[in-house]
Amino acid sequence: MAAEELMSKHKTALNHERAFDEERKIASRVKQRRGRNRLAHGLFFLATLVGVLVLAVLLFDIFQRGWSYVTADFMNNFASRFPSRAGIKGALWGSIWLIAITAPLTFIIGVGAAIYLEEYAKKGWISTLIQVNISNLAGVPSIVFGMLGLTIFVQILALKKSVLAGGLTLTLLILPVVIVAAREAIASVPNSLRHASLAMGATRWQTIQKVVLPYALPGIMTGTILALSRAIGETAPLIMVGAATFLAFTPGSVFDEFSALPIQIYNWVAQPKEEFSNLAAAGIIVLLVILLTMNGLAIFLRNKFQR
Amino acid sequence: MNPTAISVKNLDLYYGEKQALKNIHVDIDERSVTALIGPSGCGKSTFLRTLNRMNDLIPNVRIEGQILIKDTDIYSDEVDVEMLRKRVGMVFQAPNPFPKSIYENVAYGPRIHGLNDKKKLDEIVERSLRGAALWDEVKDRLKDRATGLSGGQQQRLCIARALAVEPDILLMDEPTSALDPISTLKVEELVQELKKNYTIVIVTHNMQQAARISDKTAFFLNGDLIEYNDTDKLFSNPDHQQTEEYITGRFG
Repeated sequence: MAAEELMSKHKTALNHERAFDEERKIASRVKQRRGRNRLAHGLFFLATLVGVLVLAVLLFDIFQRGWSYVTADFMNNFASRFPSRAGIKGALWGSIWLIAITAPLTFIIGVGAAIYLEEYAKKGWISTLIQVNISNLAGVPSIVFGMLGLTIFVQILALKKSVLAGGLTLTLLILPVVIVAAREAIASVPNSLRHASLAMGATRWQTIQKVVLPYALPGIMTGTILALSRAIGETAPLIMVGAATFLAFTPGSVFDEFSALPIQIYNWVAQPKEEFSNLAAAGIIVLLVILLTMNGLAIFLRNKFQR
Repeated sequence: MNPTAISVKNLDLYYGEKQALKNIHVDIDERSVTALIGPSGCGKSTFLRTLNRMNDLIPNVRIEGQILIKDTDIYSDEVDVEMLRKRVGMVFQAPNPFPKSIYENVAYGPRIHGLNDKKKLDEIVERSLRGAALWDEVKDRLKDRATGLSGGQQQRLCIARALAVEPDILLMDEPTSALDPISTLKVEELVQELKKNYTIVIVTHNMQQAARISDKTAFFLNGDLIEYNDTDKLFSNPDHQQTEEYITGRFG
């Protein structure tokens, strides 16, 4: 009995010692772990810095070259062979027309498709297939959409090189992005709210109108606006559908020819004269201001309606 | 003796291949409280959801048998599921008010059924909130967001919202499981009050609660209705061995 007791005491002492060793090891590892944490922190900060620095350099360069060119004349003049008389009016209004066509179309079609897929479609392999395809379309290069627009809108539907053809092409381009964003916003609506509505005898459509959409709207609008700011910066598909680089008028109807900001900028950059590249910088400033305004609007809407 | 509000005959329910309810027969009395008890996964919530066809929302559900409410089989083709759910209201496990004002929450049901008269809506909102014993607490802030209320208040708001469409039957799916004891007590008192005008079927995990508030109790196990009896009888001297074992805490 006594021997056993002694043994057990001995064991306890041993255990204590082991526990002590263990603790020392952990303490030394804590130092290592913290060191690694600092390293990770630093690396991620550097990663962020790369983006910020590049943007800063870009902004500095553009503002230095272009700021003095952003004048009332610049905003009110059309394109010209002479840099001193060249302005951005045609391109700016072209871009505004494009947004005015693209925004409502993508919103209505995109939200409609998202509602169908999330609320009405039966979940199964067909809906999965559609979903995968839409996500894939979001990654298709924009020039491909330009070719599609050229074939369907410009040629088959005979819309010619109109601002409508351009707007429809941009709609196709950003539709997948809008559908994906709207689907995510709709999927984030808690099912308990849908059930509450249905359990009172509401139809699906009433539930969508009165419960799902109001809840999902901020997310849908943010997604749509961000997609639109992508559309407004697109050049390639507009070149494909025949956007003009040299226009002396603004579109008067959706069937008129048009230019757009990125097209005008691209055209100026390609000119050999130094002044034209400064004009391009001025054009970029105008484009950036529009983009910033749109992104700001997206953030504002998100914050305003956030619960 | 109250007349029968719901008569369930030969009810079988399958989720795909799996049978979740087996040959259920129950007659539920008007203006009474019927408690459904049993361990998790026994089919009591599934059974509750057959009564207002909320199971229709789940894919691959197959139902056989009959559920008669006022002599109409609620699964027959001529029944509008919207009309059925107007008559058979439901309160869920976790409070689920809409992110709208208190007023708008209660007015939601009457509005979707086509009522837009402001005066009538005001009346219904007040009557429903009084009915759910919430009026005095919220009458000065009907325009406030419902999500700002406490959990217990939110659940009573959900009851008021269900009452606003003037159902005959009220289904409650563990309505107090997310509430603190004081809020639970309030909801239980409310159930006692409501049974004067409504037929109530309540799923509960809490056997004391079933014993406190119900007139009859149905004990489910693995999709079978083991025993359906007067609550006093079921909890003091059950007819079945398995009921006895469950209520004395030997399993579940």
